[in-house]
Amino acid sequence: MSEAVLSAAPARREGATGEALTAWALGLPAVLAYLVLLLLPTLAAILLAFTDYELGAPAFAWIGLDNFSELLRDRGFAQALRNTVFYVAVVTPGSILGALALALLIEAGTRGRTLFRAVFFLPVVSLTVAMASAWQYLLHPSIGPLNAVLRQVGIDGPAWLSSSDTVMWSLAAIGIWENLGFNLVLFLAGLTAIPREMYAAAEVDGAPSAWERFRLVTWPMLGPTTLFVLTITMIRSVRVFDTVKVLTQGGPNRASEVLLHAMYLEGFTYFRLGYSAAITLVFLAIVLALMWLQTRVLDKRVHYG
Amino acid sequence: MGVIVTGIVVEKVTRHFAGQPVLKGVSLAVAAGEFVALVGPSGCGKSTLMRLIAGIDRPDGGRILINGRDVTALRPAARNVAMVFQSYALYPHLTVAENIAVPLSMRRMGVAQRLPLIGRIWPGSRAARRGIAEDVRSAALALGLTNLLERRPSQLSGGQRQRVALARAIVRQPAAFLMDEPLSNLDAALRVHTRREIVEIHRRAGAATLYVTHDQSEALTMADRVAVMQAGEILQVASPRAIYADPDDLRVATFIGSPRINTLPAEIDGHGLTRVAGFPTGVRLCGAERITGAATLALRPEDLYLADGGIPATAEGLEFLGESLLLHARHVGTGTALVVRLPPELVPDLPPGSRVTLGFDPARALLFDARGRRLRDTAVVPEPSLV
Repeated sequence: MSEAVLSAAPARREGATGEALTAWALGLPAVLAYLVLLLLPTLAAILLAFTDYELGAPAFAWIGLDNFSELLRDRGFAQALRNTVFYVAVVTPGSILGALALALLIEAGTRGRTLFRAVFFLPVVSLTVAMASAWQYLLHPSIGPLNAVLRQVGIDGPAWLSSSDTVMWSLAAIGIWENLGFNLVLFLAGLTAIPREMYAAAEVDGAPSAWERFRLVTWPMLGPTTLFVLTITMIRSVRVFDTVKVLTQGGPNRASEVLLHAMYLEGFTYFRLGYSAAITLVFLAIVLALMWLQTRVLDKRVHYG
Repeated sequence: MGVIVTGIVVEKVTRHFAGQPVLKGVSLAVAAGEFVALVGPSGCGKSTLMRLIAGIDRPDGGRILINGRDVTALRPAARNVAMVFQSYALYPHLTVAENIAVPLSMRRMGVAQRLPLIGRIWPGSRAARRGIAEDVRSAALALGLTNLLERRPSQLSGGQRQRVALARAIVRQPAAFLMDEPLSNLDAALRVHTRREIVEIHRRAGAATLYVTHDQSEALTMADRVAVMQAGEILQVASPRAIYADPDDLRVATFIGSPRINTLPAEIDGHGLTRVAGFPTGVRLCGAERITGAATLALRPEDLYLADGGIPATAEGLEFLGESLLLHARHVGTGTALVVRLPPELVPDLPPGSRVTLGFDPARALLFDARGRRLRDTAVVPEPSLV
């Protein structure tokens, strides 16, 4: 018995080693791609955040946390952070509730499902930069159709994108329009997955209204979908950049400055790569915090284990 | 059929789906306190009928009455019926206690009282909640769920979920119980056990119960009466015993009973004498039903036995079932497959291909006309070849 074990064990270990080697060899391309394309750049960004490196500079110095203490004092950065939070706080509920309402309407209807899905999904597949010029025209204070309509009813519409009072609201509205279709398609998929029998049961149990059936069946059964949509939308809206870059460049007077645009300015206009990397780290921390919130806190409440 | 005031009454109900008739004028009555099983092959329309009675779907024609009230146009909530679904349809985000409480809170509490936070402090909701909790506890007690009240459905076994679905149905004492194949997701042992429990629950609740199943053994063991449905029609409604021994229709005879009833093509001559491939069977058709020509003679497997004289057949194989033994054979004259149930200790060695003769009591033979309708007015002719 013990002999058999002794002679069998090394053979098996060799086999296991060979298997592990094969596994690593097969995994190597993916591992390399992950290292070179994701892990190393992230690591480089983290290192850069602790230097005063500027693009084209012959040397750089380690300055520790100086970049971060500068961020704390930088009123432009504070403004960008506030604006980003505002943007996320408007776009996330706006596009989720809007998409949910539309999905329920489309699902309840008998005709035109494909058409409506396509119509609302269009902004997702279209190029944001190109669509932004359309928005620029729509929101133009003098020649834009929106203000023309408002003038018809006697309202003097504001300069939507060039007044610091309205610019963030305008950008958020465009953000909702951008995210709505994506969320809509996710909600439609989630709604299709709810068994019809659940609604039948709710009706027999006496749920008197559509609202009551929504509360009893649709909303809880959509929980996992809603959580996913929430996470995706928050991350997508923290990343807002294209519309800001094309429409306002953060103006007027930094009233529409957002996190990624500030980072872009520092890195690619002022070439302060170290400082820009510090902003990137803040951005990364926010995204990771949101993901943590999803997996640790909310996940337990929507999967009824 | 007299006028039944209480219970479920379905009158000439029709339903089409995309031009295809699914229910072709179905009528059925379930008295208060009665347990009727609706049995039929899948796709025969039995679940559709159940959904119509529950109000989840509306009929194209006909009426549905519950306790004498025409509910055809009413919403499910207004019909006071409880339904147990095949998938149980429990609310996954609610605990067992909350699941059972749903039908009560929907009825006894207002919209505001049901809201998560405001509902707690809304006037009158404390008393309503206390009443509901009491009823939930007694329903849970009746089904042995007391220890599971705080669990979620995902933490329960199939049998336990089934009990929760039943508790949710009985908790509000409905006018009618509808059960749509409630046992089909359970394993065989649990199914047999739960059958008795459902009958017991029905007896205590005393409401009219309609139980849909495709499993004839469930229908026969549980029901006071069995309704056999096929292709959108109810063929016969009768006690389990009558459905088995005295079917109205050849389709009922072949659907009920396992193994399937033996059917032999027969001829009825001008004197009413019935022959199978020229062989006199000893069954004579008499009285008003003077029909001649093609007919079907049906015999249950247990009504056939090995005899010295009888219908000739070729043995094809034996199946040992423990308490009995099935002989598979083929009728020599017509090539019809036959199954004979025999006591296992009496069977001689029968290699495939050996010739046997099968006797039967003509009084137990069932005669059907060419369209499958039962010919009841038969008598036994003493026939020397069939001793």
